[in-house]
Amino acid sequence: MSTTTGTQRITLAKAINLGLRRALESDPKVLLMGEDIGALGGVFRVTDGLHKDFGADRVVDTPLAESGIIGTAIGLALRGYRSVCEIQFDGFIYPAFDQITTQLSRMHYRSQGRLSLPVVIRVPYGGGIGAIEHHSESPEVLFAHTAGLRVVSPSTPADAYVMIQQAVASPDPVLFFEPKGRYWDKGDVDLDAPLVDTASGETGLDRAVVVRPGTDLTLVGYGPTVGTCLKVADAAAAEGTSIEVVDLRTLSPLDAATVAASVQRTGRCVVVHEAPVLYGAGAEVAARITEECFYHLQAPVLRVGGFHIPYPVSKLEHEYLPSLDRILDAVDRSLAY
Amino acid sequence: MSQTGPLTDSGLVQLLTPAGVRLEHPDYSPRIAHLDAEALRGMYRDMVLVRRFDNEATALQRQGELGLWAQSLGQEAAQIGSGRALAPQDYVFPSYREHGVAHTRGVDLANLLRLFRGIDHGGWNPADHNFHLYTLVIGSHTLHATGYAMGVQRDGLVGTGDPERDMAVVAYFGDGATSQGDVNEALVFSAVNNAGLVLFCQNNQWAISESTTRQSRAPLADRGPGFGVPSVRVDGNDVLACYAVTAEALERARSGGGPTLIEAFTYRMGAHTTSDDPSRYRSAAEEEYWRQRDPIDRVRALLAAEGELPAEFEAQLAADSDALGERIRAAVHAMGRPSTSSMFDHVYAGPNAIVDAERAWFQEYEASFLGGGEGAHR
Repeated sequence: MSTTTGTQRITLAKAINLGLRRALESDPKVLLMGEDIGALGGVFRVTDGLHKDFGADRVVDTPLAESGIIGTAIGLALRGYRSVCEIQFDGFIYPAFDQITTQLSRMHYRSQGRLSLPVVIRVPYGGGIGAIEHHSESPEVLFAHTAGLRVVSPSTPADAYVMIQQAVASPDPVLFFEPKGRYWDKGDVDLDAPLVDTASGETGLDRAVVVRPGTDLTLVGYGPTVGTCLKVADAAAAEGTSIEVVDLRTLSPLDAATVAASVQRTGRCVVVHEAPVLYGAGAEVAARITEECFYHLQAPVLRVGGFHIPYPVSKLEHEYLPSLDRILDAVDRSLAY
Repeated sequence: MSQTGPLTDSGLVQLLTPAGVRLEHPDYSPRIAHLDAEALRGMYRDMVLVRRFDNEATALQRQGELGLWAQSLGQEAAQIGSGRALAPQDYVFPSYREHGVAHTRGVDLANLLRLFRGIDHGGWNPADHNFHLYTLVIGSHTLHATGYAMGVQRDGLVGTGDPERDMAVVAYFGDGATSQGDVNEALVFSAVNNAGLVLFCQNNQWAISESTTRQSRAPLADRGPGFGVPSVRVDGNDVLACYAVTAEALERARSGGGPTLIEAFTYRMGAHTTSDDPSRYRSAAEEEYWRQRDPIDRVRALLAAEGELPAEFEAQLAADSDALGERIRAAVHAMGRPSTSSMFDHVYAGPNAIVDAERAWFQEYEASFLGGGEGAHR
């Protein structure tokens, strides 16, 4: 298992796989836990080959009990281990909700900083893959609403490779939401990318990034919607509209400052996510942008996302999900103000 | 008592009758053979002191000094017997009523009251005592204990044969918790991983107002074999039997034999907490039945019968109890109030833009009141 280096064009799933491999190599206390992550390599093959190379004690096939996975990961963390738990699908995280919110999130707090739980929970999330019920959910805000957790989501293979390693290295518990509809998207990944900025000493795991500069409107997305937002920007550019795209990358903490700086330049903001709009991340962004950019705004902050319905049947999911056209519609409404 | 279902008292390991008479048991008597009169007096003393502490805490709640108190009254034998069987390197995950176990781990009992006074969510450093913080969500910590034991396995601290080195992990929980998914998952995970865990269930007959018959229709210990986990029912009011069965389970865990489920059949002589009213759901006759089986009385009777309870010891113990009560009262009165802005501390390990901004805003808000400074507007 020689370490791969250099820049490679790989899928987002492979980027996470290589990031996990790097984490397993660099710290003997790192464990992977989850259902079917061993010989099978996970239902999305994200852990492919790791069981063979690191053994069953470090790449652990667990019983089918999500609360048990997170609960035992907490105990392992108290003993000095860093578990990376895979929840097989977004819709199966709820049995672990109690352990995540009542135990994992607050052990550091209730122990006055004496106990750290550096647990990572990987969650393939989001729709667009034609799945059956409970396999296309976007529950990220439930966790962003809970203090003590970090909630992040990469949108590109390059970010996925670095962010998964930063999540493993984080002293805080991290919910790592993987846009499963983007697992097979390819991108260039610098496999020698540093995890910490040598100048600032920071990881950037708590930072949003402007992924495309523009002047007329700020389009905010994260995870699976960033790619769509970039396509929207392309389409808008063809009609003479310059859109700036911000990839939030992290919902907790929320880097509102980066969004606000962008909106102060553009005067308009549309937030996009697959999760329902009601009480969603877009609501939080909109509230903060309204507070911080009130006199810069040319239009109210608009949101594009899921409806207040259970995730629909897959034959209708492309009407439910924020598509290119629905985002362009919101862009037009904002510009028309 | 009922002679069927979870309330049956049949099949309990017992080494000391309620009258204080020793019983022989082929498997368990050898496990207490080394406990001489001094050791017995030590356990008796532990139980008396913990009960005094517990009564003192109840009084402090009644006086408005604590927001709530969960009494351990009646469960002293289960807690001291099991706690005294532990080695220093063993690690304990308590529920929230394990004041006796905390005492055996050297936790200053006064610190248990910080949580109940509302000034701390914890109260002690777990690493100092190998005694985790109290967990209030029923059964959650049994999974933490399982994971901890899986870590101990990976650290190579099981089955080395070195009694100073091999360690076991113990999770305490109650009869109500056995209905929780997490406890059942702890049985599954500990079993398939052969984790060195002792699942110590204090069946105190009541989960607030619900009898154990609402949790199970079979004795709780019967569940173990279905998970492949050896189980034992023990008279939870018999400190010697509790010591013996725990010692056996700890030995199994430390030697690599995997988990054990212990059902300590005891009784919550007090209320669930100071907010509870047992007279609404259980009979005076039942309480009287159990008063006759008081865990402290039988040890005192044994020591007296064996001529090992000198008057000076009793007098000293009474004085020590009074001193403990006084110290606890003084400690609680001196606990003070945490600074308001401390509520923002330790949410995350490092800086956090959201928490830091809210802390800064709050401090400014507090300072804006006439006279300035924290709490000035109250």
